[in-house]
Amino acid sequence: MTMFLTIAVIVLIFVVIFQIAKASEYVSVLKGEEVSRKQNNKINGFLMMGFLVLGLIGVWYCNKLYYGKTLLVQDAASVEGARVDSMLWVTLALTGVVFILTQIVLFWFAYKYQEKENRKVFFFPHNTKLEVIWTVIPAIALTVLVVIGLRNWFLFTGEPPQNAMVVEVTGKQFGWIYRYPGKDGSFGKKYYKNIDNASNSLGLIWEDKLGHDDLVMEQTMYLVKGKPVKLIIGSRDVIHDVGLSHFRMKMDAVPGIPTTLWFTPKYTTKEMKELTKNPDFQYEISCDQMCGNGHYSMKGVIEVVDQEEYDAWMVKQKPYYAQQFPDKDTAAPKAVADTAKTASAKPVEAVKKAVAKL
Amino acid sequence: MSNEAVVHAHGAVTTHEGHGDHHHEHHHHETFISKYVFSQDHKMIAKQFLITGMVWAVLGGLMSVLFRLQLGYPDATFPWLEDILGKWAKGGRITPEAYYALVTTHGTVLVFFVLTAGLSGTFANFLIPLQVGARDMASPFMNMLSYWFFFAASIVMLSSMFVETGPFSGGWTAYPPLSALGDASPGSKIGMDMWLISMALFVVSSLLGGLNYIATVLNMRTKGMSMTRLPLTIWALFFTAVLGVLSFPVLFSGFILLIFDRNFGTSFYLSDIFINGVGALPNEGGSAILYQHLFWFLGHPEVYIILLPAMGMVSEILSVNSRKPIFGYMAMIGSLFAIAILAFLVWAHHMFVTGLNPFLGSIFVLLTLLIAVPSAIKVFNWLTTLWRGNIRFTPGMMFAIGFVSLFISGGLTGIWLGNSALDIHLHDTYFVIAHFHIVMGVASMFGMFAGIYHWFPKMYGKYLNNTMGYIHFWVTIAGAYLIFWPMHYEGLAGMPRRYYDYSIWESFKQFVELNRFISTVAMIVFAVQLLFLFNFFYSIFKGRKVTTLNPWGANTLEWTTPIHPGHGNWVGEIPEVHRWAYDYGKDGKEFIPQTTPVGADESDHH
Repeated sequence: MTMFLTIAVIVLIFVVIFQIAKASEYVSVLKGEEVSRKQNNKINGFLMMGFLVLGLIGVWYCNKLYYGKTLLVQDAASVEGARVDSMLWVTLALTGVVFILTQIVLFWFAYKYQEKENRKVFFFPHNTKLEVIWTVIPAIALTVLVVIGLRNWFLFTGEPPQNAMVVEVTGKQFGWIYRYPGKDGSFGKKYYKNIDNASNSLGLIWEDKLGHDDLVMEQTMYLVKGKPVKLIIGSRDVIHDVGLSHFRMKMDAVPGIPTTLWFTPKYTTKEMKELTKNPDFQYEISCDQMCGNGHYSMKGVIEVVDQEEYDAWMVKQKPYYAQQFPDKDTAAPKAVADTAKTASAKPVEAVKKAVAKL
Repeated sequence: MSNEAVVHAHGAVTTHEGHGDHHHEHHHHETFISKYVFSQDHKMIAKQFLITGMVWAVLGGLMSVLFRLQLGYPDATFPWLEDILGKWAKGGRITPEAYYALVTTHGTVLVFFVLTAGLSGTFANFLIPLQVGARDMASPFMNMLSYWFFFAASIVMLSSMFVETGPFSGGWTAYPPLSALGDASPGSKIGMDMWLISMALFVVSSLLGGLNYIATVLNMRTKGMSMTRLPLTIWALFFTAVLGVLSFPVLFSGFILLIFDRNFGTSFYLSDIFINGVGALPNEGGSAILYQHLFWFLGHPEVYIILLPAMGMVSEILSVNSRKPIFGYMAMIGSLFAIAILAFLVWAHHMFVTGLNPFLGSIFVLLTLLIAVPSAIKVFNWLTTLWRGNIRFTPGMMFAIGFVSLFISGGLTGIWLGNSALDIHLHDTYFVIAHFHIVMGVASMFGMFAGIYHWFPKMYGKYLNNTMGYIHFWVTIAGAYLIFWPMHYEGLAGMPRRYYDYSIWESFKQFVELNRFISTVAMIVFAVQLLFLFNFFYSIFKGRKVTTLNPWGANTLEWTTPIHPGHGNWVGEIPEVHRWAYDYGKDGKEFIPQTTPVGADESDHH
């Protein structure tokens, strides 16, 4: 019912507008088309100025309403993210000034140079000096931005510091799987044809003993405050994207092609709860690349804690291998110790064999 | 066929027309079919492109209204939606499948069918022969084919919406593996095959059109019309055609590989994939990123294919209605040229976060930000064109001014996104949506509206109703800013694109009211576009009649044709050109048409 009412109202408004529009045409014939054209010109010239003033007020008001809801009021949660923010402010200042000035000039000119009876237009086809000025100045400004940008870019995409921890992140429809390398600090090899949702979600090659102490988990990833982390990102099916808005970072997860991303968390989740005054605060991983119908729900969580808490959490974790083969569990610590010596040669061969078989 | 032959053939047509004044616009042998359906007259083909584009604009716009309903009122149910969409809106709420299908089709249709075919298809067809002084395109037959391939593409795209598994729903960029695997998403089943067929037909249409535009501009200019006397519209349409001809084939190759991956078991884009419920796929060694390179090699020039025609028309309309020459004509051509070249060298800025080699990324940062220079030149030149002019606010002029405003607003945020270290934060957030909708979507729409209002008298011999035009303009520009400006803030909160629902996200759920506001404004703006369409079709039949040859007092050649030009455009000989198109306000004369010979006492001429 409301549907029909709405349509009726819209149609009614249309009819009224149409009638006014038609009437104005008749009136203009009566008044003389030239006279009414000039009146319209004045009205629209005035509206140009009105639009400028209202527009600028609108820009200010919009900022007042929504500035507080953006990340601009939150300190970046990573050391590198702080550089993104400072670069953002420089860019905002520069483009903001240009925006305000050019919009003012545009609408002010439109208003000021509206048709007047005896204005003689200025025949001004070109002026080399002016054109050089507004080629060179933007070029210089942009050079500055490029330099700042590229310095950050090479830092972000360069090698992480030596002490960085490594976590592997794998996207799938529609969730994230994390893998920690375990005590030995290296990941075991994996092959996608070994994937089995129930028993081997990443397709680890069990013959590779480096993987026996790997931790595999979903939902929450634990990171350490102040410790750089390098993410090795991959995907099991389609392209996803690890979106880390609080850390100001983002990287695609591409099947078959591992990508990396590193950053240094600056605040623990607890500290962020206080800083944002939001007791429900979470570091969320949002999938930022269209990946199917569940794209909007592909959420992961990062829990940033301090080192002690992290260590306490870590000892409670059971390696994935041990979870899948509980019978071999008791032997596991010993086996790892044993193979540590011969690890270099044997597992690699085993892996080669396994791959060859496939 | 040589030029002469074409001219000769049409010469016969015009002599014939010269005989019977009462029979002005009708040619003897023309039937309804040959005049309105399989027409080879560039003016009729232009109108066909325009009206088909309008149909798509309404459909595409309606789709955005529907998915904005979901975004604005995520918890509400609308029973009438189920009446329209059936299983796609069970219980009156759009399903995620339908939401993504709507988003995808909205993007595809608006980018390709409306802003490419509807914009350059219309105005390249209409304006090139009229403004360079030619009787028709170099190949009227190919031109006709160009439209009918577009029509076929439209039919296939339309049909894809009615298949059981739904139309393609993986985003207009159609990245594989999602677009390659029907098991990964129902929309990637038969819907995607139809999407690809439709796009392939569309590429053929673009190439047929583009080659024709280039050939016509280069070979069929009238006597005296040197390249540097061409109106800027023609320059812009020329570069647009060049961009299309060089980049659409690359897209086509990308699509062919995708068709092979989908149907013939190849692994161009596929590697190491395990699909839930299906298992591991045999494909190994392909690169999903390869598709993105092929796609964006067209995808980025495509942005300029959409934007350049609008820039050209705006330059012309600003100059005519300021009664003042365009400032820096040569710089305008130079910047168009620079943009056209750079358009091919910046595609990877869409791929900064794909794991692209960082060094390669840095080159693309440099080249991308370089585009801001010719863009800045254009903006300053437009501003200077207004300076000390005598501005008439025709609806066309107002849309042209609106274009400049939007181009500035959207262009400046390009400087943010083109800088990879900022893009790593803002990529695929609402900031991007705000950026490209303002600079490419709405701005080009404004260029298109400006063109329609300005050349409608030439198209139909009638005027559009001004009052409705002014209402259309003011509501649309205010609405466009109200919709897209606040989206920057959503983007700065990190809010991702293409989400069906934000309620589970602690970081992004704070914009419920804003989303509702945006959706409401979107509906109002959509309604006003219907008002424009009403004005358009009403005025074709009942509009105020054009009674003078040159209603805007413009210099270009199209205004020397009869009010209702027949096929062949000019009765008798094609006029000769003696000067550039921008002698407005020179030597105290309000305007001097291009056909006026240079006087003995005239000051320096171009």
